[in-house]
Formats: sequence, structure tokens, C-alpha cells
Amino acid sequence: MTELGMTELKAREPLIFELSKPGRHAGTQFPPAAAGSAEIPAHLRRATPPVLPAVSELQAVRHYTRLSQMNFSIDTHFYPLGSCTMKYNPKACNTYAMLPEFLGLHPLGPEPQGFLACMYELQEMLREITGMQGVSLTPMAGAQGEFAGVAMIRAYHRARNDLQRTEIIVPQAAHGTNPATAAMCGCSVREIPCDANGDVDIDALKSAVGPATAAIMLTNPSTLGVFEHKIAEVARIVHEAGGLLYYDGANLNAILGKVRPGDMGFDVIHMNLHKTFSTPHGGGGPGSGAVGVGARLLPFLPIPIVGKDGVGKDGAGKDAARYRWLTERDLPQSIGRLSGFMGNAGVNLRAYVYMRLLGREGMVRVAEFAALNANYLLRRLQAAGFEAAYPNRRASHEFIITLKRENRLYQITAMDVAKRLLDYGFHAPTTYFPLLVPECLLIEPTETEAKEDLDRFCDAMIMIRREMEEDPEKLTSAPHTMPVRRLDDVRAAKQLDLAWKPAA
Amino acid sequence: MAFIPHTGDDIAQMLDVIGVRTIDDLFDEIPAELRAGALGLPPAMGEMEVGRLLTARAAIDGRPSNFIGAGAYEHHIPAPVWAIATRGEFYSAYTPYQAEASQGTLQLIYEYQSMICALTGMEVSNASLYDGASALAEACLMAVRANRASNSRRILLPRAVNPTYGKVARTIAGNQEIVFETVDFDRSSGRTLLESVESRGHEDITALVIQQPNFFGCLEEVDALTDWAHRHKILVIAVVNPISLALLKPPGQWGGSVDGRQGADIVCGEGQPLGVPLSAGGPYFGFMATRMQYVRQMPGRIVGRTLDTEGRPGFSLTLQAREQHIRRSKATSNICTNQGLMVTAATIYLSLLGAEGLARVAQASLQRTADLVEALTRIEGVSAAFSAPRFHEAVLLLDRPAAPLLAALARRGILGGLDLAERYPELGNTLLVCATETKLGADIDAYAAALAEIMNPARAAA
Repeated sequence: MTELGMTELKAREPLIFELSKPGRHAGTQFPPAAAGSAEIPAHLRRATPPVLPAVSELQAVRHYTRLSQMNFSIDTHFYPLGSCTMKYNPKACNTYAMLPEFLGLHPLGPEPQGFLACMYELQEMLREITGMQGVSLTPMAGAQGEFAGVAMIRAYHRARNDLQRTEIIVPQAAHGTNPATAAMCGCSVREIPCDANGDVDIDALKSAVGPATAAIMLTNPSTLGVFEHKIAEVARIVHEAGGLLYYDGANLNAILGKVRPGDMGFDVIHMNLHKTFSTPHGGGGPGSGAVGVGARLLPFLPIPIVGKDGVGKDGAGKDAARYRWLTERDLPQSIGRLSGFMGNAGVNLRAYVYMRLLGREGMVRVAEFAALNANYLLRRLQAAGFEAAYPNRRASHEFIITLKRENRLYQITAMDVAKRLLDYGFHAPTTYFPLLVPECLLIEPTETEAKEDLDRFCDAMIMIRREMEEDPEKLTSAPHTMPVRRLDDVRAAKQLDLAWKPAA
Repeated sequence: MAFIPHTGDDIAQMLDVIGVRTIDDLFDEIPAELRAGALGLPPAMGEMEVGRLLTARAAIDGRPSNFIGAGAYEHHIPAPVWAIATRGEFYSAYTPYQAEASQGTLQLIYEYQSMICALTGMEVSNASLYDGASALAEACLMAVRANRASNSRRILLPRAVNPTYGKVARTIAGNQEIVFETVDFDRSSGRTLLESVESRGHEDITALVIQQPNFFGCLEEVDALTDWAHRHKILVIAVVNPISLALLKPPGQWGGSVDGRQGADIVCGEGQPLGVPLSAGGPYFGFMATRMQYVRQMPGRIVGRTLDTEGRPGFSLTLQAREQHIRRSKATSNICTNQGLMVTAATIYLSLLGAEGLARVAQASLQRTADLVEALTRIEGVSAAFSAPRFHEAVLLLDRPAAPLLAALARRGILGGLDLAERYPELGNTLLVCATETKLGADIDAYAAALAEIMNPARAAA
């Protein structure tokens, strides 16, 4: 036996399969046996049972609790992952979305008026915040929202018999999903450069647009963390060329209540409810990628959407409104269905609770304090000797530090700094995105972090800066305090081990 | 101020460091003419008020006794599943990009992939997709990439496959010139008609979709369909219910060996039955598994086991060169996330149930549905529509339209099934019903008694 104490998390937690013993089980979870003789015909039956864990309830609970303790999360750590908006996920959102009545709703049952009232109001609030004409909550993630957006753009051009418009323009700094989505929609991609200040290169845009232009996909503030100054001009150029404007809502947190995509001239937007409206990231999902559209794209929204029939009170003084799912019948030109039912309904309900908690006052403060935290952190890091990628620009809700000088002087990479930050108890910022800034850290503190936590992060960065000069090996071999040391990704991809198998 | 921690002093100090006077100055790069006015949103509420509002809304929807399945199934969810899945360390973490600080999520996904492989009989699984319907769409796109013997981009999609899955596949894959062609089902058995595909062996077809059990709850002759497809170099995409796999032959073992190839080539399905609540249709998760030979064509996240610099085992995202953040427009899909939280729930669910518990859930569901069909078909005007053996769903033939009956049942707190009139008008008046292990004898008796009374009030009174 070795002493472990709280450092035991550095010891490996066995796989659940390795805890298993044939004959052991969590007996209270077995359903009551149903008497009768129903059975599967022999030729369709399974010959041997699947190899699944055989553990007690406590063993399962302890194993997964211990695994959870090996994670960084918002609840446990500052998590300034740029472009991901890792803000506090209020507990109330989960508690009230998990009321037993909501959890028990079968998606094909009678239209649930209580639940649909929430969804209808959520659609209306998102419409107001984005300045769009209509909203569909059905896309299940940001990438699916993007897909819906580009599919609507294609449907619009097709409906006008404008069939040659299949080219999507994206700035170099765009998220990888933008070109991937364009390809999924059968479009080709044309990349245009940004100028030295991070704005779209207007001359390049002018020469890129033409009769093949389906749309431009933009994030604003851009992935470079700065507001696209010339957005009105961009909109004019693209619209005059017959194309539409797509707004990637990844950075909507930066502008909530300050400027609306609809007012900037965008025709379609997807929102990441798991970013801006604080639904959980859940270790990588579920997200929710609601889409909003202007008048031109209204007929093409993905279904279902929540509709409301009747207003005011009926004869007996009761609310006469009746909510229902709008389907193919109501929207015959819709791009169609994206999910088996109605998207990530429970995620949407969490976003609804969040928006009601914040209300009109709270919504504007989101952008204000996200910007305050980002600009404060940027200034403090600059003062500590770190180089901003766009020093002449205001930070939006996030900003980029480039370590190209440190890389030259000390052979330290952005990856090394990221891994060392883990040792100091901070989740690393986004690294190596956007691709066009060398050795970059994209830092998004979000509005829910206190000044003290930002200051502690700065202290850690200052300490790391000193280590670069005095003891760079501390960085290149980091992390030192996690359950594992740096992992061999090349081995992972070459000697594929993707599933546990019982010893033969 | 909701969730903003800043005090007046904090704000003053921070503005001073930045060198601006007011917070609004931070937005001075936004052209003034674009600035938004006041938002037309309701005022903020405290947690107690929101709690009252949501509780009242939930009460409107009530808790009826549910006999609808059709792709979303009510099963008992063990208490530990969501008690652990909603721990902040799982709930509020993100995609495990920093592997060393995300070993919990990564090891859990590796365990999940192992369990999906065990259930389906396949070699590799991804970390999950959005839901069952979109997983089928992705499987169709993957089949086009994987089947190098076919250039047609034609996919055979039987009518006995969940019709919504077909709609979603058409929405998602339709922009890539993929053609879906239907295959009819046998009116008396409820199974996909093998004869109607057999004549098409000479055509260039990319893949055949087989749903087991199919949308009607009927068990398909999967061996014969799989062998036919493989004889003609057509890939088999299996759509399966994970609970049923405790009893049913896993897709990896469908059919005999044809040119050294046995079993389905791509397996996908809806993961919701594994510990995920019905929740009005989502969030659920789609699972996907395949042969090792196709792993680079598979979309979505994949976790692998590797070693750290000290030679200790650890887990990380792998094969990322397939994905959008590296490959951009050449990626296998635009998908970024998996449904991590739902996978967390499913992995805990499968650990608690194990093979034995899962088989008991499946067997109880099979028996309860048999009991339900027996009880309901005793009513005059109700009969079983199809003769094929089934798992835990059945189509009933009625002597009158289902809609008014369902409305009357709903008024008694019973969701009696899904009316198939719109989806399959040629079948006449039909109702798709489901009973899982959550429906005990008394629940089934109550449903049968209510339906008998609604359909034959005079007899029930006598």
C-alpha cells in the first residue's frame, strides 16, 4: 500500500470493466419480472450477452464521481476558453428544466401548452435580441444551426431560380465549421483576407462577389476578437451583388443589447444557446443552435416552430392562446426537419429560464461586463509584457495574445503556456485559433468572473513569464500536477485503441 | 445584478486600468447609427419567481400514463444517473481539448465507446452524434464516402424505417445529391419486402438501410437482407434500438459471411432509451459504430487510449484530421460537439444495469407489449395489424379513426399511442402502441378498460 490522500487522483482510476465481476449487479435497478411467454424467435436472438460492466451501485457511483473529479469545469475552475463563452451555468436553469412533468413529456403526445408557452416566448425573446423576423429552435447545435442557415440561403436562391449561386465567401479567420458547413450544403468556399487591423479586406470582397455569390458568412465581433467596423459597407456590397449575409452567432455574447445582427444587415443568424444563453456545455454537448431570419428567408425556416393561435381572453376570461407545432403544412417551403422530434427541447428550456432570470436589464449587462473583463485582462497582460495581436483595437468579449516573440526568445510555444496554466489551476485559453495569428492564445473571461479571479490569472501568467526566462523546462514538460502528463497524440492516432475488449 | 460579481469599486478600478471613463466607452468601435435601443424583453425575475412560473407551466402539462413510443421510449432512469451527470464537473465542462485536465470526460467516453461496441458487435464507435435521426443522415453520407464500389449515391430506404428519419436524412444529405429510394413493406407481416429489393441486384446502389425493430415494432429478417446487400456490394446501415440489443442479434453478426464480410457496415440509432428522459424530444443522442476499416470515414469525436510522457495510460481525442477545425471544407462533417452530457448519463445507465439488467428491461418491455396487445385486441373493433414477431411496439388496426379515441383517452390521462393515419394512410385506421417495463399490469388494464368504454360504451356499461 502507498499513501494517497488527496493526491490519489493522480493515481489511475481503473476502467469500469476492470472493476467488474461476473454475478455482481445493482439489483434495485432491475425491473419487476413480467410473467408470460413472449420471446424473440431463435434465429433473431443474441447468442451471447454483451460484455457490459457488472458492478454494484456504489461501485458505479464512486467510479463516475471519481472520474468527474479529474475534470476542470466552470463550477471548479476559471475557464477562459476563447470563442466558447464558458460562463456560469445557473443551477436554477437545470432544476426547473428538470421538473418531472417536463422530463416526462413524450414528443408525440398532445401539444403541451405549458412547455410550448415557454418555447414560444423564447422564440420571441431571441427574435427581439437579434433584430430578426422569425426564429426556429430546432437545430441541435451551432454547427446544425449553420447548416440550417446555409440550406435556407440555397433554398432562397433556388426558389428565385437563381441556380448558379453556390459560392460562400468566408474570411480567412472564420471558424472551421463555416467552410465545412458550406461543403455539406453543396456549396464551394471562397476565402478572403483580413487587413492588418482585423477587418475584412474590402477590396478583396469587392472582387470576390459576383453572380455566383450565395452569401458571406461572418462572425461579428470577428474571431480576431474585434468588431467589424465596416459591416454596413460589407452588407451593401454583398446585397448589391445578389448575395445574402450569414451571421455566425459564436460571439453574440459580446454585443447583447448593444447592436443587433438584424440591424447590421444580416439575413440569417444562428445562436449558440450553450454559449450566450448559458446552457451547459456538458463535456462537449448538447448544444442548441437556434436560427433567426429576416423577411426574405422566413418561408424556409426549419420545422417544427412553435405557433400561437388566438390572443387575449376567451368568453370565460381564460387565456385564449393555444400553442402548436408548425409543420410542413404551415411552412411548405421549409428546408425541412433536422431532428427526430423538435431539437434539444430541454436545452432550450434552460435557455428560457436563463433569459427570464436576466430580463431586459440583465441582458445588456452581459455584453457590458464581458467587455469590461476582457479589456481589463488585456491591459493587465499587456502591462506584464505580453503582446496583443491587435494592439490598436478595443477588445470585444475576448482578445488574442501572441507568443511569437517568446517563441523566438525561449522556444516556448502557446501549447506550453496552456499546459502550464493547468498546473496553476486555470483552464487554458483556446490555442492556435484563429490559425492566422502565430502562437496565439484566444482569451475569453466572460462576465461572470470576479476581478480577483482575473487578477489571479494575471499573477499566474506573470509567474509563467518568469519561468520562461529562468526555468523553461517547467513549461515544456508541463503539466506536472494533472492525473496524467502530456499525452502522446501521435501514438493515439497511429496505434488506435478505441474500445476496451475482454482478454481473449 | 443576476450573475455579475462586480462591485462599484471593482468597476472603477478596472475602468482606470483600461483607461476609459465608462463601460459604454468600450463599445465605441460600433458605429453609432447601428447601436440598439432598449430591448423589448420582460423584466428580470428572481429565482423564486421563475421557479413559480415554471412549476405552474409544468402543472398544465401534467403526468399522463404514456403508451407512445415511435422513436422515444419511457424507461425507468436509476437515481444515480442524473445525480452524477449533473455534477458540475461533468455538466459545466467543455469538449476535452485540454486532455490532461479532462481525463474524467475522456475516460468516460472511452468506456461509452466500448459499451456501444459490445452492444452492436462492431469494432469502433464514435463519441455520439446529435440524435438518432441525424445519425442516420450522417451514416448515409458516410456510406457514400466508404463504398468505393458505388458511384450512384443511391440509398435504399425502406418505408418501414421511421418516416421522420427519412425526412431528416433528406434535409441533411439532400444538398449533396444523394438519392433516397423507397422499398415497400409486406402488408400482412409488417416486414420489409425482400422480393422488392431482390430484382434490383444489378443496379448500382450505395447502401441499404435496415431498421431493427422497424418503425412498426416488427422484427425484420435481417440476415437475408444483409446477405443480399453484401452479395451486390451494397453497404448495410443498421438502425437499432440499444435496449433491444440485450436480446436481439447484434448488427455486427447479421447475415452469413459474404466475401469475408459479415454483419452491418455502419450501425446507428437513437440512444435516448439508455437513461435519457423523454423531455419533449431532446436533448437525446445518436450513436454510431462501424468496422475499423471505415473509421476514417466516420464523423464526430473519437476518444483513444494512449500513453503520457511517463508511459502511463491516458485518454485523448484522436483522428482529429477528419474534423472541421483541421480539414475545414474537406471534413467528414461540420459537426463539432458530441452529446457529451447524454453520453455521460447513458454510460452510467449501462454500468448500473449491466448485461443482465438490460436483458431484464428488454424482456419486461417485450412481455408488457405482448400483454398490452392481448388486452387491447380483446376489444371489439381492435386487432393486430401485422403478423411478424415484434419487440416492444405494435400496430393496431381499428374500426374507426384513431384521433378521436386518442383525444378521449388523453382526457382520462392516458396517451394511447401514435395515430399513423398521416404517415401511412394506406393502412387505414391504425395506432402504434408501446409498453416498456414502466407499464405494470394495472396500467395496461386501465388503458384497456378506458379504450373499451370509449369504443363500446353500451357494452362497458352492461
